[in-house]
Amino acid sequence: MTTDIINDSVADTHSDDHHDHKMTGIKRWLYTTNHKDIGTLYLWFSFIMLLTGGAMAMVIRAELFQPGLQLVDPDFFNQLTTVHGLIMVFGAIMPAFTGFANWMIPMMIGAPDMALPRMNNWSFWILPFAFAILLSSFFMESGAPNFGWTFYAPLSTTYSNGSTAFFVFAVHIMGISSIMGAINIVVTIMNLRAPGMTYMKMPLFVWTFFITAYLLIAVMPVLAGVVTMLLTDTYFGTSFFDAAGGGDPVMFQHIFWFFGHPEVYIMILPAFGIVSTIIPAFARKKLFGYSSMVYATSSIALLSFIVWAHHMFTTGMPLFGELFFMYCTMLIAVPTGVKVFNWVATMWRGSMTFETPMLFSIAFVILFTIGGFSGLMLALTPVDFQYHDTYFVVAHFHYVLVTGSLFSIYAGAYYWLPKWTGHMYSESLAKWHFWCSLISVNLLFFPMHFLGLAGMPRRIPDYALQFADFNKWVSIGGFAFGLSQLIFLAVVIKCIKGGEKAPAKPWDGAEGLEWTVASPAPYHTFSTPPKVD
Amino acid sequence: MNRSNQRWLLGVWLFLGSLISCSAWAETQLNLTKGVTAVSREVYDLHMLALYICTAIGVVVFGAMFWSMAFHRKSKGAKAADFHESTKVEILWTAIPIVILIAMAVPATSTLIDMENNANSDVTIQVTGSQWKWHYKYFDQGIEYYSVLSTPREEYENQNGSFAGNGNSKNENYLLEVDKPLVIPVNKKVRFLITSDDVIHAWWVPAFAVKQDANPGFINEAWTKVDEPGVYRGQCAELCGKDHGFMPIVVEVKSEQDYSIWLDEQKALVAQAADAEQASLSASMSKEELMQLGESTYMAHCAACHQPTGLGLPPTFPALKGSAVAIQGSIAEHIGLVQNGKGMMPPFGKQLSLAEIAAVVTYERNAWGNDTGDLVQSADVKATGGE
Repeated sequence: MTTDIINDSVADTHSDDHHDHKMTGIKRWLYTTNHKDIGTLYLWFSFIMLLTGGAMAMVIRAELFQPGLQLVDPDFFNQLTTVHGLIMVFGAIMPAFTGFANWMIPMMIGAPDMALPRMNNWSFWILPFAFAILLSSFFMESGAPNFGWTFYAPLSTTYSNGSTAFFVFAVHIMGISSIMGAINIVVTIMNLRAPGMTYMKMPLFVWTFFITAYLLIAVMPVLAGVVTMLLTDTYFGTSFFDAAGGGDPVMFQHIFWFFGHPEVYIMILPAFGIVSTIIPAFARKKLFGYSSMVYATSSIALLSFIVWAHHMFTTGMPLFGELFFMYCTMLIAVPTGVKVFNWVATMWRGSMTFETPMLFSIAFVILFTIGGFSGLMLALTPVDFQYHDTYFVVAHFHYVLVTGSLFSIYAGAYYWLPKWTGHMYSESLAKWHFWCSLISVNLLFFPMHFLGLAGMPRRIPDYALQFADFNKWVSIGGFAFGLSQLIFLAVVIKCIKGGEKAPAKPWDGAEGLEWTVASPAPYHTFSTPPKVD
Repeated sequence: MNRSNQRWLLGVWLFLGSLISCSAWAETQLNLTKGVTAVSREVYDLHMLALYICTAIGVVVFGAMFWSMAFHRKSKGAKAADFHESTKVEILWTAIPIVILIAMAVPATSTLIDMENNANSDVTIQVTGSQWKWHYKYFDQGIEYYSVLSTPREEYENQNGSFAGNGNSKNENYLLEVDKPLVIPVNKKVRFLITSDDVIHAWWVPAFAVKQDANPGFINEAWTKVDEPGVYRGQCAELCGKDHGFMPIVVEVKSEQDYSIWLDEQKALVAQAADAEQASLSASMSKEELMQLGESTYMAHCAACHQPTGLGLPPTFPALKGSAVAIQGSIAEHIGLVQNGKGMMPPFGKQLSLAEIAAVVTYERNAWGNDTGDLVQSADVKATGGE
């Protein structure tokens, strides 16, 4: 390790790639402090989690294929929906973005590595333990957590099964990992920018991760607090959320959503950053309204702290509270709209080509906007009474998280794969991945709007007969979407193994410091900072 | 196109065709219900307003995108323009959405104020959720009862008939039917006081646009005033454990006259039940009678957790077969547990008659090979502190 650091400090400007003193085999990955290695670990981990959570979703959809209880009992069904949600949020989407941050931020700001490389190693390596703890509860007598990923008390306290402690400690470890990752991002961006790179010259990608990292530092401790209260209520006889002991179950929801709402922006702001990088590259035109994008992102982040109770309109809030949270929530549509308009204006009168990263980005803009529309409808309190806890909500958040966050992750992965691996990926296979995903994901999630409007509650293992037709379609879409993701795995493996040699800058419209280094990116880049003017 | 290709396509069409034809699309609801109250119609109008506005914005924004994708592409020789900022445009597309939002917020606010006005009600009913049934209590009428799913367990566990097919073995109101619906009068303001005995539930009837959480230890208010008599169905809308999907709500809205007839009937039933309770104290039931009543009571109230086989779902729901309580413990202890509950086990003292408790305890002590030979009578239940 010391040799690494000494070597780093002996700046070798001409042959960055000649002083890799990396260890080999498993030790390289266990002990690594290299931002590129850690980024790779994060990305692979998140993909494994995506497939794990996806497999659970497939069982859920198989059970819901037709009315009646076919495959799983209701309690196991609840375990599946709970762990599916936890895995996708904390295991798939968030670590994937941290992977991008690790790989790209140092290369985009001209830094040699993340500012706190050892902490970086630790923040990744505790994650597999967190998920091993969570998943191990499936093999326990009591089964996995079964109270939904939002774990409302008292279902998760007095009425929970025996595995709550495992759930709590798993969430604690995920939280510690996220906080450390976020601190690293903030410190790196504040201290290691290349000379001349002022804040308003940073790529928008870096800006969105910067803001996201602050959100994480602000709200992950709140999550840690609420799960700890849950733990003491369940095992140590406290009554934070028990009316019989002077507590309040609704207070749980306030604390949870004070974390939970910024959390959803934690999962979408980095997506904005990725898409804002890719659309200009393939439109061959600068991003429209860079500074308004920065302000819009900041406004969304600030507003995210004062809208949490829109998840709780039916809990019996006073009228004034309902009005306040309705107005604030509607206000979020403004900066979000600005972002969408800016992307469209960037494409307008560009010179566009449609490689896979661009296809995923365009699909992102359209489908995320559809998720935004249903979000605006959900903000209207009187109608929310009808939508709340139905499949309309399920449709809404899957549009923003799957066709939003996940699609942006695919867009980014295809965009930077040549830089990561040194090879071009197979464009035809990638297009198969895109079109199969696009069609199946809409078959999967669009009819859920209709199901919700027709009155199907979420989180039920069996349903009334009038919901049977759409559920069948939705399940078919679900299986197709799940299987389509294996194409991505094939593309990535093929790309790592070989393929056309990628030039330093494979996309002619791409901009940024990451394209000034060779492909694949040398193990150490920017040991001497570049000059930005 | 070669032959095998054609055959493949034919297969796809047949598959798609079968999907469409086997389903009754005519009954499939696509949109929100208009409902049967003034408020629910306001809510519907607001929903449609929001939907139209979103659609219009979508057409403009996506239209511009598709236009640009069609014409501003490199393959058509498009050269990239170099504009990349305009404060005027940014202000414009900040201001226009704000105006649109205000246009939505105004009707939303007035509807919300209506919905939250719980004053001056004609009838007040307390609605209490518990795992996994609803309890209704009519204020000042002395009427209260539980409302439990009436779809037979065999139907949702697919024990009768085929695995395939869209519910050819399931009846019309599958999972949306109860033993005793809530009954309310038409054209009267009915106020609901909603609470819970255990976890959070949510009482939701789409046709009334009423959805309100039932929080343990707190009381929430909601109200409705229904225009048309009829039967309206809803479901619990907050995850409340294993059988969250199996606690529907059915509301029967009756004309004022029918409603008062119903009230009288219910009061007569309450008096009758009290008499029967009294009579059962001196009566002695045979083992057969006890086992028969015990089995039906057990299946209706106990089997969801402890399972028809008595094996339970350990560790959350313990087995009764061979259990300490049912075999070794005293009868009084067993009765007490059924009446008062313990931990997750709800109290049934309020819900079951003395005879039913006596029968179910007898059943649990003798079924599934427990064979203690104990017989429990209503008087025994009364003696351990029953009402």
